[in-house]
Amino acid sequence: MEYYVTIPISSDVLKKLRVNDIIYVTGNIFTARDRAHAKMRGMKLKDLPFDPSPMALYHCGPLMKKENGRWTAVSAGPTTSSRMEEFEDILLDRFNIHLIIGKGGMGERTKKALKKTGSVYTAFPGGAGVLAAEKITNVSQVYWFEEFGMPEAVWILEVKEFGPLVVAMDSIGQSLYQRS
Amino acid sequence: MDRKDLEAGLLQLILKAETEIPPDVIAALKQAFSVETGAAKVQLEGMLANVEMAKKKRCPMCQDTGILTFFVNVGTGFPAIGRLKQTIEHAVVRATLEIPLRPNTVDPMTSTNHGDNLGSYLPHILWDFEQGDAVHIMTLPKGSGSENMSALGMLSPITGLEGVKQFVVSTVKKAGGRPCPPIVVGVGIGGNADLVMNLGKRALLRPVGNRHVEKLIATLEEELLTMINKTGIGPMGLGGKVTALDVHVEVAHRHPASLPVGVVIQCWADRRASMIIHKDGSWEVK
Repeated sequence: MEYYVTIPISSDVLKKLRVNDIIYVTGNIFTARDRAHAKMRGMKLKDLPFDPSPMALYHCGPLMKKENGRWTAVSAGPTTSSRMEEFEDILLDRFNIHLIIGKGGMGERTKKALKKTGSVYTAFPGGAGVLAAEKITNVSQVYWFEEFGMPEAVWILEVKEFGPLVVAMDSIGQSLYQRS
Repeated sequence: MDRKDLEAGLLQLILKAETEIPPDVIAALKQAFSVETGAAKVQLEGMLANVEMAKKKRCPMCQDTGILTFFVNVGTGFPAIGRLKQTIEHAVVRATLEIPLRPNTVDPMTSTNHGDNLGSYLPHILWDFEQGDAVHIMTLPKGSGSENMSALGMLSPITGLEGVKQFVVSTVKKAGGRPCPPIVVGVGIGGNADLVMNLGKRALLRPVGNRHVEKLIATLEEELLTMINKTGIGPMGLGGKVTALDVHVEVAHRHPASLPVGVVIQCWADRRASMIIHKDGSWEVK
């Protein structure tokens, strides 16, 4: 099935999504990779400069450009999700995150956490950085840029019909990454 | 020879490598698209659309613009050998600002990002010398998703080629969907630990579909390709028929007690570009 949905995705829709479904999402997403994950693991919601819960979590270290004081995305495809495996179950639970966008899949801990929290993991085509950047309509904020640099910072992005996202791990414990 | 002009040539080389993939790779991706179905086909469709958009907009096709690596063959009669290194470094800084590229050089001791893609030992330049008066440069921007899946095996020589095959296939299986399949696999066999990894990477410089000139090695490449595609990992690890677009093998003689194997995996965005600089400073990027 193919769906066009807005973020945050309602729990009814999340429950309905199954592996191999394709979704296109509109709304706000935030990027976080290795260092942002490690930092967030040590923080409480009240200490974060942003609220992750109404957004999708995007495993991405984008290539951005600043012109006339405004950031735009040049190339912003997904990074390898498995590096975030040791953090993800904690973040999903603590920050009420329900949609992950990444590539390459995640492990058993995340799979359990997705089931427990009624969330899904989706895959954007790896390496398709320009395709992703085209769907980013606005870069609204950046956090931890000075501390971490461009790839590791948290970028808050507005996206329109961001996809194709293949539901690769769903909320009932199914995963397309079982064969290896 | 005008340094600025040479720098402009190198900038063109980096731009081409980051924004276009060679026709052999595009043809192989289209072939994969024609045989896959479902989620795998959707991913390939996205990749092919991305290739066209990147070329048209002259934007890096992947946000991971890699660690800049240059394979430089210097003709010993080239008149400006002494300037090449600095010119390459200047071009990398300009490319980072002007294309732009993602700043990817991080100090391993302090974790600070240098910001301009320069750093200790970087860009990585592999020098070689040849007869003649021209310089040939190839660049291979390679993201970390695939580079992180590289593996060195110091096998027991008694395991022979069977051991080599098992090591290559198990490395690809362990990598799964992480290196952005369909991948290109570079395999080095022989030499020692550092040489074999270098051979694995150099193997990636050959076009997809190109077989080794030595028949025994060409047969091994074909066997490995078949074995890897039987794993069913498929595009982006979502399951499918095409896990690898090709396998290239390069060999060096080995020590009697060693059988080194170096596996270097390249993502589907098998970015390569080459350049020739003539002795009068004129250049062409291909």
